[in-house]
Amino acid sequence: MRKPIPLLVAALALLLLVPVAFPHLKFVITLAVAKGFAALGVALLLRGGLISLGHAMYFAIGAYATAFLGSKAGVSDLVLLLVASTAVAALAGLVFGAFLVRYRAIFFAMLNLAVSMVIFALTSKLYGITGGTDGLRVAVPTVLGWAPGKAAFDGFLFYLCILLMVVLGWLVHRYLQSPLGHALSAIHTNEVRLEYLGVSAWQTLLTSYTISAALAGLGGALAAMSIGHVLPEFAFWTESGHLVLTAVLGGIGGVAGAFIGSVFLEILHTVAVGVAAEAWNLIIGLALICVIFFLPRGIYGLIEARRGSTKETGL
Amino acid sequence: MFQTIVPLFVDALANAALIFFVAFGLTLVFSVLRILNVAHGSFYSIGAYVSASIGLWIVSAGLNPWLTFPALLVSAALVAALFGPLIERTLVQWTYGRGEAVQILMTFGLFLILEDLQRLVFGVSSYYEDTPVALLGSIEIGGIIYLNYQLLLIALAVVALVAMRVFIGHTRMGRLLAVVVADREISEALGIDTRRMFTIAFTLGIFLAALGGALATPTAGVAPGLGADTMVLAFAVAAIGGLGQVEGAALAAVIVAAARVLAIYLFPALDAVAPYLVMLIVLLVRPYGLFGKPAIRRI
Amino acid sequence: MTSNSASAQPLLRAEDLAISFGAIKAADGVDFALQRNEFVAIIGPNGAGKTTFLNLVTGYLKPHRGNVWLDGRPITRMAPRRISRQGIARAFQIPQLFTDHSLIDNLMLAIAAREGIWQGLTPLNRRAYRDEAMEVLELLGLAADAETMTGTLPEGLRKLADITLAFALNPKLLVLDEPTSGVSSIERFRIMETLMNAMRRRGLSALFVEHDMEVVQKYADRVVVWNAGHVMAEGTPAEVMSNPEVLESVVGVV
Ligand SMILES: Nc1ncnc2c1ncn2[C@@H]1O[C@H](COP(=O)(O)OP(=O)(O)OP(=O)(O)O)[C@@H](O)[C@H]1O
Ligand SMILES: [Mg+2]
Repeated sequence: MRKPIPLLVAALALLLLVPVAFPHLKFVITLAVAKGFAALGVALLLRGGLISLGHAMYFAIGAYATAFLGSKAGVSDLVLLLVASTAVAALAGLVFGAFLVRYRAIFFAMLNLAVSMVIFALTSKLYGITGGTDGLRVAVPTVLGWAPGKAAFDGFLFYLCILLMVVLGWLVHRYLQSPLGHALSAIHTNEVRLEYLGVSAWQTLLTSYTISAALAGLGGALAAMSIGHVLPEFAFWTESGHLVLTAVLGGIGGVAGAFIGSVFLEILHTVAVGVAAEAWNLIIGLALICVIFFLPRGIYGLIEARRGSTKETGL
Repeated sequence: MFQTIVPLFVDALANAALIFFVAFGLTLVFSVLRILNVAHGSFYSIGAYVSASIGLWIVSAGLNPWLTFPALLVSAALVAALFGPLIERTLVQWTYGRGEAVQILMTFGLFLILEDLQRLVFGVSSYYEDTPVALLGSIEIGGIIYLNYQLLLIALAVVALVAMRVFIGHTRMGRLLAVVVADREISEALGIDTRRMFTIAFTLGIFLAALGGALATPTAGVAPGLGADTMVLAFAVAAIGGLGQVEGAALAAVIVAAARVLAIYLFPALDAVAPYLVMLIVLLVRPYGLFGKPAIRRI
Repeated sequence: MTSNSASAQPLLRAEDLAISFGAIKAADGVDFALQRNEFVAIIGPNGAGKTTFLNLVTGYLKPHRGNVWLDGRPITRMAPRRISRQGIARAFQIPQLFTDHSLIDNLMLAIAAREGIWQGLTPLNRRAYRDEAMEVLELLGLAADAETMTGTLPEGLRKLADITLAFALNPKLLVLDEPTSGVSSIERFRIMETLMNAMRRRGLSALFVEHDMEVVQKYADRVVVWNAGHVMAEGTPAEVMSNPEVLESVVGVV
């Protein structure tokens, strides 16, 4: 499978110019990349044939960890906040995952949805910790001693997101090429054979589930810093639907797909928000069905197809 | 204690009866089509909206208030007739033989669409139409007052369960359905029109969900977001009972009702999560639910 | 050619194994032993419980009663992955492949699994694995299909591919469920010849279900005859073939 590397590099260069060329898109792209991490987490599980309809919960857990640590525990350093929030989300993923990855197909999808609805209910009700339906404010963090203003921080965060996207994207790509990554997609096609090779499907999936929760948590932490506010809605199931669409739209072909899908959707959202704020889920749902009908490999699949590769993967 | 727990239990049981209708439909569709429709819960709330609208219209038009009873049934039938064949023939049929991932994504997309459509059509305010409850009044047994309407709900759930058994065992259509459930290949070889069976079963499933919603309006009303909550609850009930097991779903509904009462009594904060906790525990011990059996793949 | 010393414990031993599916007793008190370096064939009519026995031995099904030992260590009720790590590899009656992966990726994954799947971020596709995988593929004449998605291979080749996956695990005992069904009768002997020779060279033991009596006669040290969930007769191929009961119940099928 040839990667359209030159295209990706060109897209990346274009992204780096955004703050200069389209300053008003800076926030949108930052948010898109943050959500892209969560979508990448969902896409990772799609590799193993599993659809999580509740992954927004890890995004929310990461976001709330950042908000809570910043406002109630007095942690203000960006690096510390990102690491701690990602770790909290990963831990949550490990704990829930230990139970959830025993299930497949619709059970996995619905149980993730159920857990996410409990998390959503908790974030809106545990007023003392989460600020209830008002959510929590997120102060501008310091960066290794540097205390930037909001505008300077936003610029910094934009480039940090791009950097993290490239570095972590590459790591996830390497993971997918490793034996453990291949074992993950092997679960999708033949779990029985995998077990007969002596590989534990549970461990394989739990690893990937934990990674996917960590990615979503990091995305949530970045989003919290960018927006400056966290809300229970971060964990709502429509957000999970958004992530699923992003992952499917980006195609399961590659790591870049999740981010491409996310940037595309976030820009579309910005453009459409005046026209169709009331019907955003309707648009997402329609798009999901259209992708399944017409683009079984997502946007990324389109790019690949034009480059002559016709390998059919399906979902 | 008896004085508080029994009314609580009847209340929870009446709620469970409503969820049972949805879970019944879910599990029926699953056993015939082998598809779990993620959008199933939306038909509960659509049924509720339609029946509330019709009920409000009957009252405001000054018609005989007893008409609100048949209106409950009619609205469910309306929803089923409108959506059942249409959705099965287009979206659902396309997913046959394409793997579970596609089925989940497809019905989840439908779910997102239906949730927004409801908000566009019915707005964001809640609907409430309790003429049937008022008409039936209440009854006092042993010093405790019960709403007759709630007792009716419980009775209806039992009737639905028995009716299904009679339908499966004693009608031609029911027997054919049973054959399709037992072995799809054989039923096709026997010349049974499985496509038609799928449409019928899917529509029947939607009817049951919508009926649950319609019956819920007089006591609980309907507001945005009801579809998602109902979906997860109905799935919990169906999964606890074992997917495809109608009697299992009935038992699970009772267990969930009991768990809620216990939660309200002991840890009021856990009221809403009690069904999920039961699901968690049951699935940990029996991954295929109480009555479900694992399908061993031949290798 | 049974085990070299009479006192050595059998490599695989099963005692009183039983399982039933509803009213069907697919295993009904099976006693079985296989010595080191022994090639044992299982024969029996369709539905006799041959595959069920392999399922019980390799952990896919849990017996309702009875025990299994490998090398004297109990493996009853262990999951297939643990039994596999103890040294039993299996090829299936219905090939079990990673259909979205190429044949060579299938094999490299099997090799990686044998070496331990936790290898950090080192790619699966590496020289050492590729070379070893090609060697195994060449052995069974599959080298030309190395880059083919296994989902698109024809049935006969899928069965062979399935066998190579088991073979690549380098097990103590190789369990084969009708290895040559779906393979043309000319190919059958060539494949069994290379396979059996390779196994002898590596000092493996083999347990295989086979319908073709000629193959059985040629390659089995001992034959065990299955009928209705239990062992009905056993002995050398010649002994079994001269047993009138066996002839009636089994060879009619062949
Ligand atoms: N998972 C299962 N569920 C129900 N019945 C089963 C199952 N597996 C096997 N059986 C039944 O057990 C009996 C033995 O089956 P098994 O597959 O072991 O036979 P076999 O000897 O391998 O036959 P064949 O030569 O056709 O492969 C058959 O009657 C079969 O229908
Ligand atoms: Mg068999």
